[in-house]
Amino acid sequence: MTDVEVTLTVNGRARTVRVEPRKTLADTLREDLRLTGTHLGCEHGVCGACTVLLDGEPVRACLMFAVQAAGAVVTTVEGLSPGGDRLSPVQAAFRQCHGLQCGFCTPGFVVSATAFLAENPDPTDAEIREGISGNLCRCTGYQGIVRAVRAAADTMAADTQEASA
Amino acid sequence: MKPAPFGYRAPTSVAETVSALAELGDEAKILAGGQSLVPMLALRLARPENLVDVNRVPELSGARRENGRLVVGATTRHATLEKDPEIAAAVPLLRRAAPYIGHAAIRSRGTLGGSLAHADSAAEWPAVVRALDAEIEVEGPAGRRRIPAAEFFETTFTTALEPDELVTAVSFPVWSPSAGFAVEELARRHGDFALAGVVCGVEVTDGRIDRVALALIGMASVPERAEAVERALVGTAVTDLDLADVGAQAVAHLDPPTDVHGSGRYRRTVGAVLVRRALTAALEEAQQ
Repeated sequence: MTDVEVTLTVNGRARTVRVEPRKTLADTLREDLRLTGTHLGCEHGVCGACTVLLDGEPVRACLMFAVQAAGAVVTTVEGLSPGGDRLSPVQAAFRQCHGLQCGFCTPGFVVSATAFLAENPDPTDAEIREGISGNLCRCTGYQGIVRAVRAAADTMAADTQEASA
Repeated sequence: MKPAPFGYRAPTSVAETVSALAELGDEAKILAGGQSLVPMLALRLARPENLVDVNRVPELSGARRENGRLVVGATTRHATLEKDPEIAAAVPLLRRAAPYIGHAAIRSRGTLGGSLAHADSAAEWPAVVRALDAEIEVEGPAGRRRIPAAEFFETTFTTALEPDELVTAVSFPVWSPSAGFAVEELARRHGDFALAGVVCGVEVTDGRIDRVALALIGMASVPERAEAVERALVGTAVTDLDLADVGAQAVAHLDPPTDVHGSGRYRRTVGAVLVRRALTAALEEAQQ
């Protein structure tokens, strides 16, 4: 099939790729844009490892084609860090709270948790569990992950308070 | 790349979509939110020659009030139905049912029209449109038509939609603001397709039920209404109800599917309990 030219904004930069229409956004991010932080586990919408933000909303990058993202703003796990070696509050909390073990599912969890906290900055534990329910971890790390999301919420609330003080 | 190659079209109007479908015939499949279709493509359970992507058709998304009804565009996302306050005010069941669908990342993309056209009787929207007697608006080369929800679902994954038609919108009746609604489901994990579920709406005047709808999720090849029970309930005083008996009666006529997740008998037992719970919750809300 004929390749199509797709222009999209990824982590703040306009990028143009030539891809087959059947190429998923996830494969395009990894292979054409070399952004391999987005992981592919199941490749059919179950595991959540490939979660990215599309126009600010969490989506499974394996369940849409790159051509569908033309004109959209995509944020991958690489785009969450505030720059340099610094970690975002969610990333830092995952490190502090043992929110990862092997790390395979981590990019998806970090992106999902970031989107979740943007919408619900002061969640209950039940809401946290619901918020990350679309991501699978197979190292039995959910307790640490829930603690990490809680800790990130607390850090972000303290930062907001500080900023407004 | 996991899916087989396909031709790709992204029309920007309903007219253009209809002519693409007419031109491509049986070789075309509509791509809406893609949350069921893309996994089927990845697993090569579906191998359409062409995909017609309707995500760039503006007239297919958004909701509007029209003649006392709420008309919701086919590509309106589950997340919008979950969060939009005006949609929730007009048809509260949409907000009640949406959180049961998959997970946040699924709800960002999945669409109302896509779910209905996919016609999985274990999904939420088919039962919601059945409960509310909504009408599915479709368009094809022969023009527009409205299909009552009761006639839309034919069997599992099969609807009254012709191959050259697309779902454009769903027209929902708006119930009384004092109506009560509830959704009850049992799933192995939250977000999974339900083993069994119930969607319920009820209106009560002076202690008597004057309108009730009970639609069942995952209990048959299509979303079924408990019509005999509904007829018996209308006019009944709420205080005279034996809710456990109503639950058992509501599922008595069904022969739910048996699969690896549960037997038909188990589903019927669970369904009866869920009907009791949903009706109890909806009645409570209607009497507040």
